[in-house]
Amino acid sequence: MSGVEIRGTLVIDGERCKGCELCIPACPPAVLRMSEARNGSGYAYPELLPGCTGCGACLMVCPDFCFEVYRYDEPIVLEGGTP
Amino acid sequence: MSDDLRVIQTDSPPAEGACRTQGFGSPLQLSEEHDLCPGCGEPVALRAILDAVETLDLAQRAIGVVGIGCYTALTSLIDLDLIQALHGRAPSVATGAKRMRPDSLLFTLQGDGDMVNEGLQEVIHAAARGENVTCILLNNGVFGETGGHMTATTVLGQRTKNSLEGRDAAYHGHPILIADLLSRLGGAGYVARASVHDAPGVARARRYLERAFESQMKGEGFSFVEILTMCPTGWFVPTAEGPGYLDDVLAPIHQLGELKRDGALVEPD
Repeated sequence: MSGVEIRGTLVIDGERCKGCELCIPACPPAVLRMSEARNGSGYAYPELLPGCTGCGACLMVCPDFCFEVYRYDEPIVLEGGTP
Repeated sequence: MSDDLRVIQTDSPPAEGACRTQGFGSPLQLSEEHDLCPGCGEPVALRAILDAVETLDLAQRAIGVVGIGCYTALTSLIDLDLIQALHGRAPSVATGAKRMRPDSLLFTLQGDGDMVNEGLQEVIHAAARGENVTCILLNNGVFGETGGHMTATTVLGQRTKNSLEGRDAAYHGHPILIADLLSRLGGAGYVARASVHDAPGVARARRYLERAFESQMKGEGFSFVEILTMCPTGWFVPTAEGPGYLDDVLAPIHQLGELKRDGALVEPD
């Protein structure tokens, strides 16, 4: 079973999110999905699955400034199948 | 492994071995909190503008002139000198400020209702005079702030509060393609139209804004960047369908790309 390479990660401010879902199709590796849970304002917010490349496309399209992007010095390989 | 167990912790930054490449907002933002609707394109465009100013290291010389519209609420986020203009009059205010402070970077921030309805003559005369300012138009085809009615740039067939069956040329007239119009004026040095409906579009908007600002700092005359923005509330579409609607309905009429560069018309591909 091959691992998932993780080159970057995010800090997501779920409380500020208004649930517009613009980040979901914007993510090139398609590792964002909307949460089942709701934030304090009643909106679903994005969750990150393994496979982030740290490209920052989510941050570029987010109207509510919910993303902060980090890039790992060395990629992390997570065992456990493809995303 | 179930999907729920694979969700990555994103409440706090990684402890070590990673560097932050981009923050929540632009470094020229005072805050990230605003009250615009979900799925709005205007905060995305604002970030592109601030990023362009930051990239060119012009923050200390930048003066923005802001019109009236939803984006006016974003002025409390901006860490630049700003002047609030009357509805549609931003190009004239910018003209005065630029003539008094020729070393500054002067840009206006206007919506389509502000620029193309209320103040159409202001922007046309500023362009024809070749005023050395950059006018930025956030075009979504609706008067968002005052309830979502039709503007002069609303495309044929577009639904708004007072064109519920879609804009009809026989009844409502035709849209004004302002960037195309301004590009024909001799005083305009740089004219481009971008959008913020996807990440490559935002990157392109940033690039055009940087070129417009550079054109102004080189004294090439009037520069203009139109940015198509999403307004899912005014378009009556779900937020997630806003970018697709922009691409399918607005972009074929308000065609994206550079129209004029270095004072010469750019031929379409």
